[in-house]
Amino acid sequence: MADRPEEDKTGEPLLRVEGLVKHFPVKKGLLQRQVGAVKAVDGLSFDVHPGETLGIVGESGCGKSTMGRLITRLDEPTDGRIEFQGHDITHMSAGKIRPLRRDVQMIFQDPYSSLNPRHTIGTIVGAPFKLQKVEPEGGVKKEVQRLLGLVGLSPEHYNRYPHEFSGGQRQRIGIARALALSPKLVVADEPVSALDVSIQAQVVNLLDDLQDELGLTYVIIAHDLSVIRHVSDRIAVMYLGKIVELSDRKSLYERPMHPYTKALLSAVPVPDPKRRGVKSERILLKGDVPSPISPPSGCRFHTRCWKATEVCRTVEPPLIQLEPGHEAACHHPENAPDQIPDDTKVLASAREAIALVGDAVAAGADAGKASAGEPAVGEPAVSEPAVVKPAVGEPAEAPEETSEAPKGLTKE
Amino acid sequence: MALLSVDELSVTFAGQGGGRGAGSGARRDTKAVDGVSFEVEEGQVVGLVGESGCGKSVTALALMGLLPRKGVSVGGRAEFDGADLLSMGEKKIRDLRGSQLAMIFQDPLSSLNPVVPIGIQVTEILTRHRGLKGEPARKEAASLLDRVGIPDPDRRLKEYPHQLSGGMRQRALIAMAVACAPRLLIADEPTTALDVTIQAQILELLKELVDQQGTALLMITHDLGVVAGLCDQVNVLYAGRAVETAGRRELFAHPTHPYAHGLLGSIPRLDAPRGDPLRPIRGSINDKIAWADGCAFAPRCDFYTMECLTGTPELTEPRARGHQVRCVNPVLPAETSAGTAEVSS
Repeated sequence: MADRPEEDKTGEPLLRVEGLVKHFPVKKGLLQRQVGAVKAVDGLSFDVHPGETLGIVGESGCGKSTMGRLITRLDEPTDGRIEFQGHDITHMSAGKIRPLRRDVQMIFQDPYSSLNPRHTIGTIVGAPFKLQKVEPEGGVKKEVQRLLGLVGLSPEHYNRYPHEFSGGQRQRIGIARALALSPKLVVADEPVSALDVSIQAQVVNLLDDLQDELGLTYVIIAHDLSVIRHVSDRIAVMYLGKIVELSDRKSLYERPMHPYTKALLSAVPVPDPKRRGVKSERILLKGDVPSPISPPSGCRFHTRCWKATEVCRTVEPPLIQLEPGHEAACHHPENAPDQIPDDTKVLASAREAIALVGDAVAAGADAGKASAGEPAVGEPAVSEPAVVKPAVGEPAEAPEETSEAPKGLTKE
Repeated sequence: MALLSVDELSVTFAGQGGGRGAGSGARRDTKAVDGVSFEVEEGQVVGLVGESGCGKSVTALALMGLLPRKGVSVGGRAEFDGADLLSMGEKKIRDLRGSQLAMIFQDPLSSLNPVVPIGIQVTEILTRHRGLKGEPARKEAASLLDRVGIPDPDRRLKEYPHQLSGGMRQRALIAMAVACAPRLLIADEPTTALDVTIQAQILELLKELVDQQGTALLMITHDLGVVAGLCDQVNVLYAGRAVETAGRRELFAHPTHPYAHGLLGSIPRLDAPRGDPLRPIRGSINDKIAWADGCAFAPRCDFYTMECLTGTPELTEPRARGHQVRCVNPVLPAETSAGTAEVSS
C-alpha cells in the first residue's frame, strides 16, 4: 500500500470513533446478578481516513477483535460514538443499518469456520447481492465469477464447495465475498494468521493490490507486528482495551514511545541470525497480561512496566500527541520528553518487570531513569519494598497532568 | 557419534477404505514423512522447519513412539544413543520416554489433563522415572516449577490447568519435560499458541535450560524467526522430505533450495526496509508430485526444468561443505539476483 497523498489524511475521515466502550457483563449465582464486567474495549478514539490502512495490533485479550466487531456493528457498543461518513451509527437498529452494510464489510480470521460448508462458492459469494437486493450488471453469476477472478480464483470454482479448497483459497473466497458490494471500508480481523507463511504472503499481496485497484480503506487487526508493519499506513497499539500508542508506521517502528510498544517490538523474533547478535538489547517482559475484569489502576501497563513510578499507578495517562502524527499514552515515554519529569522514584515492581537479554545495557536512553534500566536479572529487590510501601496509601505526590509536552521535539 | 541419527524415516498412513469421495474407490495411502534424515548432536539445537503438512510433527511423534500402531507404517531407522527407537519394544521405549527423551507439545491446554491438579501431573513423572514419592516428590515438583519461572509454586501445584495462563501452562509442561534431565528434548511448536511477549519468555527459558543441562533440543516450528534465534542446525522440510540442511547462519545468508529461498522472501520482516512487496511462493502445498516421480516442489518452483521430473533429486553440496540441498537447479550466487527479479515480476 503505497503512501497516500497528503490531502486524503487531512480531509473528512471515513470513520470516526470517539470514546468507544464495550463491557461484557460477568454474571453469577441463581439470579444471574451482574458481579462485574470484562472491560474488553474501554475508551477508544481514532479516525480512519479514506484510502488509508489503519493497523490495530496487540496481544490476545487486548480488545482488538471486539473493536473490529463494534465498528462493523456486529456488537452493540456500551458507550461512545461511531460515525461513518458523518452519520452516527452507534445505536442504529438492524433494519436501519442494513444499507450501511454495503459500505462496511468484514474479512474473518478463520477461513474454515467463516464459510458455510453446505453452500457452494457461488452461493456464498453471491449472498450479499441477495441480502441487499442488488442486481449487478450482467447478473449475479457473472459478477460472482468476475469477483473470483479478481481474487485469483478461477470462475469454474463457482459450483464447488468450501471443503474442496485449501486455507489460502478459502481466505480468497472470504475476500471475494467482502468485496462483492464494493464497500468503502473493509475490516479484516487477523486475515492471514491462520495461513502458512508462503500463503500468507499471497494474501497480503492480494489485499495490497485490491486496495490500489479499488481504492479501499482497510482496518486490519493482527497480532503479528511484521505483517502489520507491511500493510499499514498508520498503526494503533492496544493494551487491555486502550490504545496506548497511535502513530504513522515509520515513526512507530523507528521511535516507539510507549514502553509497551518497545517491549512488543523487541520480542519479535527476527529471521536473521546475524542481526540478532548486533541488537544491543532485547527487553523481555515478565509476567502476564492482567485480567480485563479488574484492570490495574492508573496506567494499565504499570504492573509490567520498567519505568513505572507512583504517578503511573494512580493517574491514567491520556493519549496525547507528543510529536506530529505520533500519539502516546504514557507519563514517561521513550524517545520523547518525560511528561512528569519530577516523578523519578521507580516502583519496586518496575525493577523486576523486565529482563534484558543480550548486552545488558540500560533500557532507556533517558538519563535520570538509570535505576529503571538496570538489569534486574539476578538482583531481587529485597530491600526495595520499604521505599514504596509507605506511598501506597498516600495520594500521589505527582502533580496532575499539567506539564504539557513541549512541542517541536528533539530527536534522541 | 550423534545422539540421535535419523535415517530415511518414513511414515505412511493407510487410507480409510474406499470412500465415495475422490472417486478412486481404492484405499489411498498418505505418505506424511517420505525419507527424512538428520542428526542431532549432544547439546545441539536442531530445527525442523516447514509449513503445515510437511511432516514435521509426524516426525516427532514417530521418534517418540507416539503414533498409533494400527494403520500406520513406519520405515527407516532412528538411532538414539545406538538403539533404534523405531523397532524398540513398547516397554523399553516407555522407560526412555520422559527420562531420556521428552517432548513439549504445541497446545498446553490440551496436553494437560483438565481434571487433575498440576502438582499430581508433575509428580507423576518423578514417581515413574525417579521413584520419588510423597513429600520429596512434591518438593522436587515445586523446585521444578520454580526453575521454569512459575511464581509461588506451592500454590500452583494445587491448582488446575484452567487456573493457569497460557504462558504458565507451557512453563508447567516444560517443567515436566525437563524433570528427569532428558538428553533429548523435542519441542513441537512450543510457542505457536502464545503471544509474542510470552513467546520471548518461553524461548529464553528453553535456551537457558539447554545451556545449563546440556540437553539436545529438536525444535519443530514454522516460524523462521524462532529458528534464527535458537537453532544451530536447520533442516527445511517440504512434503515429507528435507530439502535443505545447513547451519543457521549459512541458511539465512544463502538459502539455496528454491523453497527455502521463497520462504525467506515471503515473510514480512521488521528489520528490512518496508515497501518492497513480498515475494510469495505461488500455489499451495496441495500442488505437489510424489517424491518418487521428481521434486515435490517443482509445480510451485520458479526455476523448474524437465530435469526436475526425473526421479528424486539427490542431496548435494553446491555451495558449501555441510550445506546440503536437494535440488537440481539450486539458487546459486549468480542466479540469486536474476532469480529475485524473475519472481517479483
